[in-house]
Amino acid sequence: MHDYYSFFTGPFAWITFLVFIFGSGWRFYSIWQLAKKKDSAVFEYMNMKFALRSIAHWIIPFGSRSMQINPAMTVVTFMFHISLFITPLFVFGHVVLWKENFNISWFTLSNTVADLMTLIVIGSCLFFLWRRIKLADVRYLTTPMDFIILFIVAAPFVTGFWVYHQFPGFAVMTIIHIISGEIMLMAIPFTKLFHMFLFPFTRGYIGSEFGGVRMAKDW
Amino acid sequence: MTEAKSVTETKKTEDQGILKGLEQLTPEKIESVIQQVLSDETGARLKVYVETCVHCGMCSKGCHFFLSLNDPRYSPAGKVKQTLWEIMRKKGKVSPEFIKQAATIAYTQCNMCKRCAMYCPFGLDVAYVMSVMRRICHKLGVVPLYIQDTAHSHSVTMNQMWVKDDEWIDTLMWQEEEAQDAMENLRIPLDKEGADIFYSVIGPEPKFRAQLIFQAAVIMNAAGENWTMPSMPGWDNSDMCMFTGDYEMMERLKRRHFESALNLRAKRIVMGECGHAFRSVYDVGNRALGWRMPPIEVVHAIEYYNELFENNKIKIKKKFEQPVTLHDPCNISRGRGLHEMARNIVNATCENFIEMTPNREHNYCCSAGGGVINCGPPFKNARVESGKQKAKQLFAAKAKGAEVVIAPCHNCHGGLEDIIHHYGVEMELKFFGDIIYEILELPE
Repeated sequence: MHDYYSFFTGPFAWITFLVFIFGSGWRFYSIWQLAKKKDSAVFEYMNMKFALRSIAHWIIPFGSRSMQINPAMTVVTFMFHISLFITPLFVFGHVVLWKENFNISWFTLSNTVADLMTLIVIGSCLFFLWRRIKLADVRYLTTPMDFIILFIVAAPFVTGFWVYHQFPGFAVMTIIHIISGEIMLMAIPFTKLFHMFLFPFTRGYIGSEFGGVRMAKDW
Repeated sequence: MTEAKSVTETKKTEDQGILKGLEQLTPEKIESVIQQVLSDETGARLKVYVETCVHCGMCSKGCHFFLSLNDPRYSPAGKVKQTLWEIMRKKGKVSPEFIKQAATIAYTQCNMCKRCAMYCPFGLDVAYVMSVMRRICHKLGVVPLYIQDTAHSHSVTMNQMWVKDDEWIDTLMWQEEEAQDAMENLRIPLDKEGADIFYSVIGPEPKFRAQLIFQAAVIMNAAGENWTMPSMPGWDNSDMCMFTGDYEMMERLKRRHFESALNLRAKRIVMGECGHAFRSVYDVGNRALGWRMPPIEVVHAIEYYNELFENNKIKIKKKFEQPVTLHDPCNISRGRGLHEMARNIVNATCENFIEMTPNREHNYCCSAGGGVINCGPPFKNARVESGKQKAKQLFAAKAKGAEVVIAPCHNCHGGLEDIIHHYGVEMELKFFGDIIYEILELPE
């Protein structure tokens, strides 16, 4: 058991970080190269002011009409994304690892808050799952990969919750938790999870078009 | 959350342009054309749009097709799924049957109004994806008959409606003569060099709505403008080739139009109340020709009328009395932010203004734009059905007292006319030009 633990927190963790960083870098680079070759107009119309204006409206809850007419989705999406980023970075158990391995540390969440945020992520994933199954328009768009991604994202949080509360078999679950987190990181460059990195660019571009050429709002 | 019905059965396409085009297709031809378009004419933009979409369905409520028909196939992302998504996944290895369905979707089930880009959290531009699909269909020769006919007209006559050169001049002289009943010394100056305003219209104006040229002439004369209209091809600012995917022809049309104005050393182009023509001149055509922005200032009628009132260049007898509501056309509201100016004009000309909701950039499309109405009778019923949401919106404005709908766009007029008739909305439809002409105080 200890060997597995050492492997997945040691060499495999390094592999994960490398895949995540270089995979994302490669994905950006290939898009950038293609854009430079084929979409020079995109650079021509990109406008920092209007891009930021659009991004600002879309990262503020209920900042767009689309969010206003989908209140449940808006609340869940924001709580989900915030918890998804904050929890793994600031949960005590993770910060301790950074301290032990690299002797750096930072602010930690109280256990109750971390627990709550974990439940938010899990609950949100269930909500997304419900939407995918229940809403006809979302169901029509859903592919098997969308379910897999949902599973990939939920897994580290379900297992993390399990480990923290020391439910039966939590020792094994710790290793599964580590692996599931690593899978999620590695999946980012190669799946639709990459949308987190592309958001500023797609939003920024349409914001530039609407602001600079169309002289209209895009929110 | 709207609970959509499940997918309904696909209606059979009976369009002869699509069916005849399909007869000439082989899987090899389809694949090679698709490969060519994807590798030569598209790039990161298309790839990122298709790859970033997380299938969340937020765009559904952005689309009046989905809102009206409540069928997942009509959500913007649903249309991408049935077209480019599948094409890119299969690297162009799709059947003629697939192309038939894809052509029907791209040409007749998307008005390219870009409203969905305002509802997608990522701002993914489905209208662009649909335009790529149309480009592929154009290159495959699978285009609805009626709109292809207008594209043919463009290539033969440089106007959309097969108006012959002498008929054009004749129509202008006829309208000039008619308008002289209203204003004795009125002129429609042809080919005048160095005029402040080069006035251009769309093909259907001389063909079906010649009174709009008459009205514009009266307004120009009343305002004492130094203006002109061209006597030769280049007078038509419309562009159905932009919508069929025939970009080579679109470029010829736009170049001719710009050159007509530039050759006459006009200071700027003012155009009639048309949406798609404005899009072609202000946004799409100039880019295709390599101009970041149009090479000569392009002014839509709304901006021009607003100027007239702001500068007190025309006077009115009294305000228009019937309560009006305003339909914001996509290409000039979402496409150029002219909605506030439109409201200025309404306030300057009408007693009683009732907003329809949603409005401005968020207004519902007329279901006719993007070349959809130009696809003609085979698709008319489907088009009117997709206007159900628009009908509801109009009924709501009517319930608040509105009797007249102002729609400063030709396509919107066509679409709204059908919607008003089909759903029994019973509202009157007007251009700004109609209202201004009606209340205009003619100078002595």
